[in-house]
Amino acid sequence: MKKFFAQAYLWLLLAMLYAPILIIAIFSFTEAKVLGNWTGFSTKLYTSLFSGGVHHSLLSAIENTFIIAIVSAAIATVLGSIAAIGIFNLRNRQKMIMNTLNNIPMLNPDIITGISLFLLFVSLGITQGYATVILAHVTFCTPYVVLCVMPRLQQMNPNIYEAALDLGATPGQALRKVLMPEIKPGMISGFILAFTLSIDDFAVTIFTIGTEGLETLSTYIYADARKGGLTPELRPLSTIIFVTVLLLLITINVRAQRAQKAKEKELK
Amino acid sequence: MKRGSWSFPYFIFLLIFVVLPLALIFLYAFQDAEGNFTLKNFSKFISSPEAANTFVYSIGVAIITTVLCILLGYPAAYILSNSELCRSKVMVVLFILPMWINILVRTLATVALFDFLRLPLGEGALIFGMVYNFLPFMIYPIYNTLQKMDHSYIEAAQDLGASPMTVFTKVVAPLSMPGVMSGVMMVFMPTISTFAIAELLTMNNIKLFGTTIQENINNGMWNYGAALSLIMLVIIFATNLFSDSEEQTNNEGII
Repeated sequence: MKKFFAQAYLWLLLAMLYAPILIIAIFSFTEAKVLGNWTGFSTKLYTSLFSGGVHHSLLSAIENTFIIAIVSAAIATVLGSIAAIGIFNLRNRQKMIMNTLNNIPMLNPDIITGISLFLLFVSLGITQGYATVILAHVTFCTPYVVLCVMPRLQQMNPNIYEAALDLGATPGQALRKVLMPEIKPGMISGFILAFTLSIDDFAVTIFTIGTEGLETLSTYIYADARKGGLTPELRPLSTIIFVTVLLLLITINVRAQRAQKAKEKELK
Repeated sequence: MKRGSWSFPYFIFLLIFVVLPLALIFLYAFQDAEGNFTLKNFSKFISSPEAANTFVYSIGVAIITTVLCILLGYPAAYILSNSELCRSKVMVVLFILPMWINILVRTLATVALFDFLRLPLGEGALIFGMVYNFLPFMIYPIYNTLQKMDHSYIEAAQDLGASPMTVFTKVVAPLSMPGVMSGVMMVFMPTISTFAIAELLTMNNIKLFGTTIQENINNGMWNYGAALSLIMLVIIFATNLFSDSEEQTNNEGII
């Protein structure tokens, strides 16, 4: 009975979370310019999304979004993981300073991060474009990577590392064979979180993207919505992104569960 | 392990891209357009009722959103982390998935939903949109702490005769507090500072503080914009102090 209510609650919440996306998906199959008007089933929006030409700017905005997200998430993961190991090994005062500094970008609302970096680039006379957006994204993503890796280090039994050294491993080997596997899940969730934050970002991007005509999906949609009408092709695009991510995540999880079950069987 | 020095590159990075830019906000806030020291930017904020009202209103919206997110998100995170109530990991993915959809797309989807249901856009849509946008950011950290929680504490409490209610209030809730705190951080701050979202959800009828700041920066009024940003920073600093002291008392409670 308890389980039934728990499940019902989850499904109700999911219904709320997915209703808007569902509406977009349904109305991606009609030609109407205005969302909410149903003018009969059609896949025209899907074909025109891929026919290019007219909507070239949209496609390049998508490309930019993904390149920026992958590059900044990768940099943030490397920088953040190394930093986490460093911070973990610091003593009281230095550790506190680093933790405080690391917290600042997370506590700062996006808009403050955006404006402060905007002022930095303007003061230094740096032309804003790809590089500044990536630097800005690394700035607000890395603290999350540190936060994802840190608990792994804290939960790790420090004796394992010492044991590896006692058994003759070099510090480098101990790092690769002992420390790395321990923090890897943290690094992966850090990367995923960073990637998500980067793709999702709008506030920091708009202040650091400059006026050279570079667009990400966010700034494209913003400009579009400001003009009044919304490009109807955004409906099939959102639907495709959504379905792809859904399938990808479910596959990853099912595979991970299977691998775990197989491992458990082996142990038995 | 002598790896403390590994934090050095990140330290330099933080100085250049976090500390220095924030110092610039201070600098600009206390300067006029010619670069002379002035307090005019702040007196302008205090004397203009519009900016001050927007500020108070934004804080209200952020508090309501955060509270709703905790009320809706905590039970969900609890159920998801409890293997007796929810076995499937796919469920967790479904809850985190909306975070992968661009925030503006999600906002426009909310607008579409309200249009579709023929509900008026306005305050209701604003709150719904904010909760809808930020709920996953509340569920995820709470779920994470609950997941990592050592279950022997719960078993110990049960063995010692605690009722399910007591187990929750004395063991589970305090232990999950760090998750709730980071959830609050991930919901409250973005809500107070969002721009564009509020305009879309209310057809430009309601402006949040973030919009005021963005408009000023966009119109080239960097100094006034910096002063408004500084005011926002002070509020955030205050909230942070409050949540820090809260966390500390909780830690003492556990030990």
